[in-house]
Amino acid sequence: MMRTGKNPLLRTHRPTLPHGRRSRAAHLLTAAAAEGRFALPQCRRCGAFAWPIPEACPHCLGAIALSEAPRGARVIAATTAEVPADPYFRERAPWHVGLVQMDCGPQALVHLHPGAEPRDAVRLSLVLDRAGAAVLHAALQGGTMSDPQLREMTADPRDRRVLITDARHVAALPLACALSAAGAAAVYAGVPEDWKPLPRRAEFEAIVGLKLVPLDISSDRSVADLARDIGDRIEILVNTADLPRPGPLSAPAAATDARAMMEIMAMGLLRLARSFGPAMARRGADGTVAWVNVLSVYSRIHPAALAGYAAAHAAALALSHALRAELAQGGVRLMTVLAAPTEDEWFQSFGPIRVSGRALAGAILSGLHRGLEEVVVGDLAHDLLARLAENPKAVERELTRDLF
Amino acid sequence: MRRRRDYAGVVLAAPVTVPYRRFSTRPAQWWIGQALAGLAEAAGISHHAFDGLSVASFSLAPDSAIGLTQHFGLSPRHVDFVPFGGVAALVSLRRAARAVQAGDADIVACIAADGSAPGSFRQGLESFSRFSEDAIYPYGAGGPNVSFALIAQAFMAATGVTRGHLARLAVSQRANARGTPWALMKKPMTEEDYLTARPIAPPIHLLDCVMPCAGAEAFLVLREEDAQAQSLAFVRLSATIERHNGFPTDPVMLRGGWQRDVADLWAMAGAAPTDMDLVQTYDDYPVISAMQFADLGFCTGAELPEFLAAHDFTYGGDLPHNTSGGQLSTGQAGCAGGHLGLVEAIRQLTGTAGPRQVPRARRALVSGFGMINFDRGLGSGAVVLEAG
Repeated sequence: MMRTGKNPLLRTHRPTLPHGRRSRAAHLLTAAAAEGRFALPQCRRCGAFAWPIPEACPHCLGAIALSEAPRGARVIAATTAEVPADPYFRERAPWHVGLVQMDCGPQALVHLHPGAEPRDAVRLSLVLDRAGAAVLHAALQGGTMSDPQLREMTADPRDRRVLITDARHVAALPLACALSAAGAAAVYAGVPEDWKPLPRRAEFEAIVGLKLVPLDISSDRSVADLARDIGDRIEILVNTADLPRPGPLSAPAAATDARAMMEIMAMGLLRLARSFGPAMARRGADGTVAWVNVLSVYSRIHPAALAGYAAAHAAALALSHALRAELAQGGVRLMTVLAAPTEDEWFQSFGPIRVSGRALAGAILSGLHRGLEEVVVGDLAHDLLARLAENPKAVERELTRDLF
Repeated sequence: MRRRRDYAGVVLAAPVTVPYRRFSTRPAQWWIGQALAGLAEAAGISHHAFDGLSVASFSLAPDSAIGLTQHFGLSPRHVDFVPFGGVAALVSLRRAARAVQAGDADIVACIAADGSAPGSFRQGLESFSRFSEDAIYPYGAGGPNVSFALIAQAFMAATGVTRGHLARLAVSQRANARGTPWALMKKPMTEEDYLTARPIAPPIHLLDCVMPCAGAEAFLVLREEDAQAQSLAFVRLSATIERHNGFPTDPVMLRGGWQRDVADLWAMAGAAPTDMDLVQTYDDYPVISAMQFADLGFCTGAELPEFLAAHDFTYGGDLPHNTSGGQLSTGQAGCAGGHLGLVEAIRQLTGTAGPRQVPRARRALVSGFGMINFDRGLGSGAVVLEAG
């Protein structure tokens, strides 16, 4: 399959990263950027916004915390760094930056849309850069022109080759369609136990640029075989593998089911990480951008009725954090998607509150476009996490009998 | 403002420059040792007799000034560490002058030095300040070029100053550097060279930028009677000002802290800008020199284009400016870049500037500017010196 995104006559970028070190306080902004929120340091006492994040308000010395903030700003001055001192930016020069006056008060240096000029109105975002730290990006107000500097920081699937690990997941087909429509150069969809019929196989096969490949992540050999074939060209990996087997600890099959779920969720992720992780991390400067783990919100919240399932997903979430640290060395982002129960037939009992495959696919694609690290999908998932943040013991008690 | 006490009886002497090198295998401590030796030789006083030590450096870690006392066998009763870049010389001088005047010290050695190795400049930028680490370096804007490009763009738009006007400052400094043995850049420069230089971060181009290097600058602060007893040529301190973060609410730096204190400076000096026989500005970018001329009362911002066109800034001209070539042509030895102008002014006013001596130089203005902590230079200061 032809790749359109890379000019083979040009030198491949050296694997450099921007400087990721920040003050501890500045990582509050990292959290906001990871979730796609726009929040700025604000004084708890006098309400003044401040930038860069200080340890006390420069107006009244009050305590500083992050608050949702208006995104508007105006460009004061703009320039193009032709010869940046930092090796990462020097590789990518010319690089546009600007000084902006935020509508909420402070001035800031920002990564500036190349079309923006002094006095232009711009819209600010907090974005994770390739070092995984938050930076301010300014887009032209109402502008639609794409920004190559923003593409450098996010995980736009355009011209990139994507592996979806489990085509049997309810989000796999809509995700493959969406990726193809978004300009992905190739989409590989893994089919576990491919001697079994794959529902809607014809629809998969009709997608331009899609290739079904055998992949059973419960098998060392299957994962290693596929990695040998295509591991060096995967630029976005979306792990959709799941094995929903609801049930409490006391269920007759609890142990058997838990072992099977762990095999897929935890050991399967380990196998993928071992076979695909190192190659992807090494190609961070050459197009590889993201690894997506599609997990359940029950990785964070553990109802008794989903004992084994929640434990398997919690294990996968814990491994995700380790994998994130390893991929980060190459500037590759790990995005965690915490979804409410999907329209998988094993989640029938959740009724209409379930998340459709299409909605989940849309959230994954949006997360890639925005370069997010933490994505939550479905009203139920948002509600559960809000309740957990507000009063964790109450959630624990509420879920002794209920699922949500 | 309450009336300030003058600096009667306090003088500056023994201007020392340890010749610059683009790169050096020696650390800042070595350069400071050379500077101390230079001061002792110039003054004819053993360095053990220096009872004050004031040090400015960015690359002294893990030392601070106190560690240097043991390193070089000093036992001072006044010690100061001012790693404040382009304003360090004036901060150092003001403190030393009051210490000497009050009798807390007799002879203060004021020294600025930094080493330079390939990569050391960039490494210094990474961790220059908390605000820089959080909000400047991650934008590919580490180092002053981008920050000053943004300031320059706004300042030039506000004042009508163009690169054509600024060329005069850069070109005359290069001409001045011909008389400076340690200047790193002596290749003749024309206005055309300046205007067509490679863009670094427009409107900043290559010949707006200083060359980082290794070197040291130093001088002594002592009582007039002690200088006379030692038969040392000296200059008097007529007036000083200092201000940090002078205009915190300005959205972008169109003026420096000098504007807040300029009236105080000239009142204390009993002089006006037109009385100055030479001017040394902090020239990390010619546009910043232009800003200092305006903020220190030579003209208004709007008059700058005309002012820059009207004067000859070479050492033989009507307004000698950065007579050694400044940092733009001699190099920027880290923190010593801020001491360069002060040391050169002492030389000029003591008649020891050699081939670039300004005839009958009696009075000089020296200005300092430093520390791009985030979006602007925070420190500003100025002194008026008079020949002894």
